[in-house]
Amino acid sequence: MSETDAIPEFRTKAGRTDVGITNMSALTSGPGIRSAGEMLAILFVAVAVIGGTEVLLLVFEVPQYVLPRPSEIATALVVEFPQIAPHLGHTLVELLCGFAIGATVGLILAAVITQFPFVEKIVTPYILLLVTTPMLALVPLLILRLGFGYEPRIIAVALASGPMVMINAATGFRRVDQGKIALARSYGASTFQIFWKVRAPMALPMIFVGLMIGSIFGLLTAVGAEMVGGGFGLGNRLTSYSSMIQMPQFFAVVLILSILGILIYVTFFLLGKKFASWEA
Amino acid sequence: MTPGQFNQPKLRVSGATKVYSTRSGDLLAIDRCSLDVMDGEIISIVGPSGCGKTTLLWSMSGLHGLSSGEVLLDGAPITGPNPEIGMVFQDANLLPWRNLDANIRFPFEIKGTRPDRIWIDELLNRVGLEGFGGRFPRELSGGMQQRAALVRALSYKPSVLLMDEPFGALDAFTREEMNRLVEEIWLDTRTTIVLITHSIDEAIFMADRVLVLSARPGRVASVHEVPFARPRSLEIMSTKEVFDLTNTIKAEIVGERQSRYRQGGAAGAVGAQQATG
Repeated sequence: MSETDAIPEFRTKAGRTDVGITNMSALTSGPGIRSAGEMLAILFVAVAVIGGTEVLLLVFEVPQYVLPRPSEIATALVVEFPQIAPHLGHTLVELLCGFAIGATVGLILAAVITQFPFVEKIVTPYILLLVTTPMLALVPLLILRLGFGYEPRIIAVALASGPMVMINAATGFRRVDQGKIALARSYGASTFQIFWKVRAPMALPMIFVGLMIGSIFGLLTAVGAEMVGGGFGLGNRLTSYSSMIQMPQFFAVVLILSILGILIYVTFFLLGKKFASWEA
Repeated sequence: MTPGQFNQPKLRVSGATKVYSTRSGDLLAIDRCSLDVMDGEIISIVGPSGCGKTTLLWSMSGLHGLSSGEVLLDGAPITGPNPEIGMVFQDANLLPWRNLDANIRFPFEIKGTRPDRIWIDELLNRVGLEGFGGRFPRELSGGMQQRAALVRALSYKPSVLLMDEPFGALDAFTREEMNRLVEEIWLDTRTTIVLITHSIDEAIFMADRVLVLSARPGRVASVHEVPFARPRSLEIMSTKEVFDLTNTIKAEIVGERQSRYRQGGAAGAVGAQQATG
């Protein structure tokens, strides 16, 4: 055979423009870093942006309570980290528990509901309602009933992330390729086998999109819930530091939240790349 | 067509009728189709598009039932997917999340049986895909994908191979190569093959008999013997017999359309009356 040299990549179908894990964000559309020169340029810009901010804030004598300098934020991050760390732990516990519950329920619901189009029609409006309602709105009510502990926050996170996971996963499960199902059926596949061997793998890219969006929503809700009430968590630190006008510490917490968000994004992006890279 | 009286046909379709109920009413896709496919025979089915070729083939495979009539495999009625039947679909229909090896393993995973590695390796060699086991479908060309699909369909040694416009998406050269490949495999295995195609050339080159279906509802319009020894060379395609046969079949398919076109005005008027009445 003559094709043994370099194989050009062939796209099976050009029409596949569904939302997938790899085209979710502009972040991923950029090409990877190619050379040391590019790396240097990226570093240079980063230094210029941060350093420039530092210099500008110094030159114009912007007071710390308006906007602290990057160096002050970095110092606060290092100095205060031992005090912030336990709160980070609390936020992570809320996020992990809430997301685990929400994502599990969301995935199961998506898988079951899409098998029964009639049920799906009945349930979808409520799911949409859950997706569009900011779950933060429920937090005061939840606190009223459940107190200032983990419970209201975990419930809020689950309620925020679950519908996101569910609605995206359902889109994935609904994406039926009759040809692939006919193929499995021609080998005598059962409904169960069709689900596990055709529908589920086919839905995987959308499931990862759902998990990614759901976890980010979960983080937002966890922090928001912590700002509403209770004496611990990163959200609580935000309100506490801002009320004491400790702006470097405040921004240090914001920085931690940004890093957390990016870590979540990258995690699901890499997972998606590993398990759902066939669709690109 | 006179099927041999002494031996049973491998596949017998008798009075196959399929009605789809759609929103705009019932649709008669195939109407009382009957054909016998003898053991080891290659039959091509051609016909105008939308004439129910795929419906007929899916009924033969047991992927869907018939409204009336029946399909018999070795004398036993087919009511569902059958391990004796292999399907090759319109596009290669490989699972994009599985590499080539895992795609070929797929039927065995479903059936819960152990793949015959020696046979599969032999097939892979034959179609020139040895060493491509780790590749994903998107990394293979259209021809390679279709060859992989062929290996997958033959991997569990079905005695009947049903092919639904398998090479329609391939370019003419790859298509000829695939036709010869199928013939080669047939010479080895003597698998009974039913091939649906849009190409009259392909139909004639491949088949012992070419079955022409009429426009919807699909009925068996005519059957043509193709009396050439195998392995066939492409040279037969330039013989007078093939030339005449091609024209006859073309006239049957296109001529039918022309006659419908000529009556178009009248038919349209009738349709309009029905719509208003």
